Amino acid sequence: MNCQLAADNILFENALYRVIYDAVGSFLPCWLAYVAAGLAIMLILVNAVLLGAALVTWFERRLLGRFHNRIGPNRWGPFGLLQPIADLAKLMTKEDLIPAGADKITFSLVPLVMMAPLLLMTAVIPFSKNTALANLNVGVLFILAIGSLTTVAIFMAGWSSNNRYALFGAARAVAVLISYEVPVVISLLGVVMVAGSMSLANIVQAQAIPFLLVQPLALLIFLTGMSAELNRTPFDVAEAESEIIAGYHIEYSGIKFALIFAAETGAMLVVAATIATLFLSGWVGPFAEYIGWFWFLLKTLLVLFVFVWIRATYPRLRVDQIMALSWKFLLPLSLINLAATTLEVFFLRDSAGTLATIDLWIMAGINIPLALGCIFLFGNLVPENAKVLSVRPTTVVVPAVATVEVR
Amino acid sequence: MYGLAMAKGLMVTLKNLTKKPTTVQYPEERVKQHPRFRGEEFVWYEERCTGCASCAKYCPLGIIKIVTSPSETAPKQGDKYRLEVFDIEIQRCMFCGLCVEACPYDCLFMGSGFEQGKYSRKDMVLHVEDLRQADKHPSTFFRPQLEASGYDPRGGRPLNWREVGRESWRWHQQEKSGLRLEHSPVDTAGSQQESN
Amino acid sequence: MPIRTEPMTVNVGPQHPSTHGVFRLRITFDGEEILEVEPILGYLHRGSEKLAEERNYVQVVTLTDRLDYTSSMINNQAYCLAVEKLLGVEPPLRAKFLRTLVAELQRIASHLVAVGFFIQELGAFGTPLMYAFRSRERILDLFEMLCGARITVSYMRPGGVFADAPPDFWPALTQFMHDFAIEFNEFEQLLLENEILLVRTRGVSPLPPEMAINCSVSGPVLRASGVNWDWRKMDPYDAYDKVEFDVPVGSHWDNYDRFWVRMQEVRQSMRIIDQCVAQIEPGPVRLVDLPLVIRPEAGAEAYGRVEASKGELGFYLVSDGGIAPYRCKIRSPSLINLTVTEHLLVGWKLADMIVSLGSVDINMGEVDR
Ligand code: SF4
Ligand code: SF4
Repeated sequence: MNCQLAADNILFENALYRVIYDAVGSFLPCWLAYVAAGLAIMLILVNAVLLGAALVTWFERRLLGRFHNRIGPNRWGPFGLLQPIADLAKLMTKEDLIPAGADKITFSLVPLVMMAPLLLMTAVIPFSKNTALANLNVGVLFILAIGSLTTVAIFMAGWSSNNRYALFGAARAVAVLISYEVPVVISLLGVVMVAGSMSLANIVQAQAIPFLLVQPLALLIFLTGMSAELNRTPFDVAEAESEIIAGYHIEYSGIKFALIFAAETGAMLVVAATIATLFLSGWVGPFAEYIGWFWFLLKTLLVLFVFVWIRATYPRLRVDQIMALSWKFLLPLSLINLAATTLEVFFLRDSAGTLATIDLWIMAGINIPLALGCIFLFGNLVPENAKVLSVRPTTVVVPAVATVEVR
Repeated sequence: MYGLAMAKGLMVTLKNLTKKPTTVQYPEERVKQHPRFRGEEFVWYEERCTGCASCAKYCPLGIIKIVTSPSETAPKQGDKYRLEVFDIEIQRCMFCGLCVEACPYDCLFMGSGFEQGKYSRKDMVLHVEDLRQADKHPSTFFRPQLEASGYDPRGGRPLNWREVGRESWRWHQQEKSGLRLEHSPVDTAGSQQESN
Repeated sequence: MPIRTEPMTVNVGPQHPSTHGVFRLRITFDGEEILEVEPILGYLHRGSEKLAEERNYVQVVTLTDRLDYTSSMINNQAYCLAVEKLLGVEPPLRAKFLRTLVAELQRIASHLVAVGFFIQELGAFGTPLMYAFRSRERILDLFEMLCGARITVSYMRPGGVFADAPPDFWPALTQFMHDFAIEFNEFEQLLLENEILLVRTRGVSPLPPEMAINCSVSGPVLRASGVNWDWRKMDPYDAYDKVEFDVPVGSHWDNYDRFWVRMQEVRQSMRIIDQCVAQIEPGPVRLVDLPLVIRPEAGAEAYGRVEASKGELGFYLVSDGGIAPYRCKIRSPSLINLTVTEHLLVGWKLADMIVSLGSVDINMGEVDR
């Protein structure tokens, strides 16, 4: 049997899929080969994400350790690489508690609902040339839509746990998501406009120079917004450890907690991959034909490093300040970015509607000063009380009530 | 400019990323322990102990139990009693060192270890037999004569009872007054010969 | 139609990562806003005052270590001053300098803990705390060198300190002061002007000076409220009359000022330590004529106080002529600083509550005694 994948099939461009399909197609009926290859590639992806999440936890803990000037996990395996496995083994042997008064079904569904969007998101990310599971022509939209589904899981967790801290966390997560979805979407519009496509593969191809330079404001807004949606410092109000202990997952233990945790770190990995794809030109690099995956991983790692670095440095904002940051700072910036990009694209594109590399350089030349100027402008609009007093008054109040006699 | 301090913070953390960690991995590596460290297991020299029970009286928790009987050799050697029980309930000890401070005969010393975890409370009582057999690595806490000899309990060899005493019984008074005696280093060669 | 809402009561603590031990607050929230606060104490009550009546005057020193375990040296000092007042004796000069020196080292350590946890509660994941503890660790090492223990030091005795510093203490101290100056600069750079920290703390939970005085608040909290009040200046004990230092005072009375005052006090403590090292002279460190078992005359009373890292720490001792105090009352700053809890918290948000509580810097060992 020699099966042939139709050229208009969404999986046609996926090189990996076709290799598997051809291999199993040689001894299976075509429809079965189609399903089997699909399952195989899903298995690869799911395991890659979960293993990736495990490695990300290791990477984050180890790096945080070094930021803190301590050693970090180092007992299991070389450099503590097996630490996530040990943690998993521990969590799996723990008792799986469901609190009395909890909504059992919703409570148990949460880890799955959290995991699913994460796995779906990986489907459209091109790991290398022609290696996205599906080269959706609305890839960006897909990522945005699916990515915010996690919040549903968070709210389910908060509501069903029957714990007030969890409820606090859930309410905060929803509020943050609603505010940050707007600037994030608008910021990506600029990217989409410059690339002229919503497909991630095309966006990568369009990056003759990385969009990091062409769309610096969009990167800033996307990074901030995604930190907020991922509950990363300085926006980790939904699981603010020092305030509401663990927020929405306070009541989870055992394997459920492990899954939630894996979903969180996995989401971080996926978002880092998305940023690498959208702004750092994904798998493009020297010898990309052969080692595209290497460039892709390197760039993802770079973004992860930035995430961890920020976590190691900043305190957390209050929830109302996070809203204010979104509506008063990020939203105007994203609109400015959108307007600027629109004008630039309108004047620079040629008759076919595409942009040459030199046009991208021109856009970079305009957008970088624009970004710095905007940040400076908006930074100076913050209320006085948030600024440092350079000169501290030295005069001292000793009110008349202070009649303490010195013995 | 707004945001500058935030960038500065990032630089500080980045700088620390490249530094060597300040922590060490116990148990492969240990931090330095100072000679005065007040640690577990007490060092007690039966040869020096008179059974006066000053230590027991001075312990704020009352966890030292001493039972003595007049020794056969008592008339010959002066006011010496034979120790029958000398128990320290070390699970309640807070290592304050007041017992060591109270012992007038340089007989009780703080230990220098800290890895004496046990599985049951019963095992935590140090009996007189344990004290007799324990390795003698006395801490220099409240024992200036040891300190002056430069003894390091973690690195050094165990000391026998002849090496740990002070030269003069007036030592306590003088130490309290802060007039340090000019200690000669402990005459280790001589005492080695004696013990051989 | 307005949405129907109802207040929600939450127990914060006794098991909560940011209540500094086993402190419990029963808080009624309207959304995130605090309507009512009720502190509930006593989870760490050990009866220190009663225990002190069962111990002789020197043995009580070991109890004072355990009051505020982040500043044991200062607790020792307060108690020993009280006993010395009771007996009407003065420790030798070298002992006074040694006490001042270790008390200031301890103040640095304690403020580092306070500031580190304060920022930890603001949500910085560990980094400032680790940097603070990195320096504190060095101070504890110095204490180990001095007296054999790191936290429960029991270094001081009525009439002085139990032993002079070992010879290698002084080079170690110099080295530490040198390194710490660099580390502390770095620490300040990391956070003192951080914008996130500023928006979180500037103007939050101000405590007006009148209120602070009426609530009998003391220590950095009082000074952050703009009142220049420091027992080291007002009633100098030990060697504080021989050293020079400034008293930092806040101008906005808010959380940031409480943080800022602590940071500045660390700088002043460094100044004091340098002066102590320069002025200290050889001599006795303990009174010779004081017996191990002290018996003050019957009916004597004394109140000894110090400016501890958290405020005024006082010991009130009454003697009946026996070997143990007849009564030992501890005025612990943490407990009394807690009286402003309600004023600081009501009307602010959940996230501010944790931070305000952290800015008061309580220690449960001292609150419950
Ligand atoms: S160290 Fe303190 S608690 Fe321990 S036995 Fe000696 S006096 Fe008692
Ligand atoms: S005080 Fe010293 S000599 Fe007296 S019983 Fe105790 S250990 Fe022995």
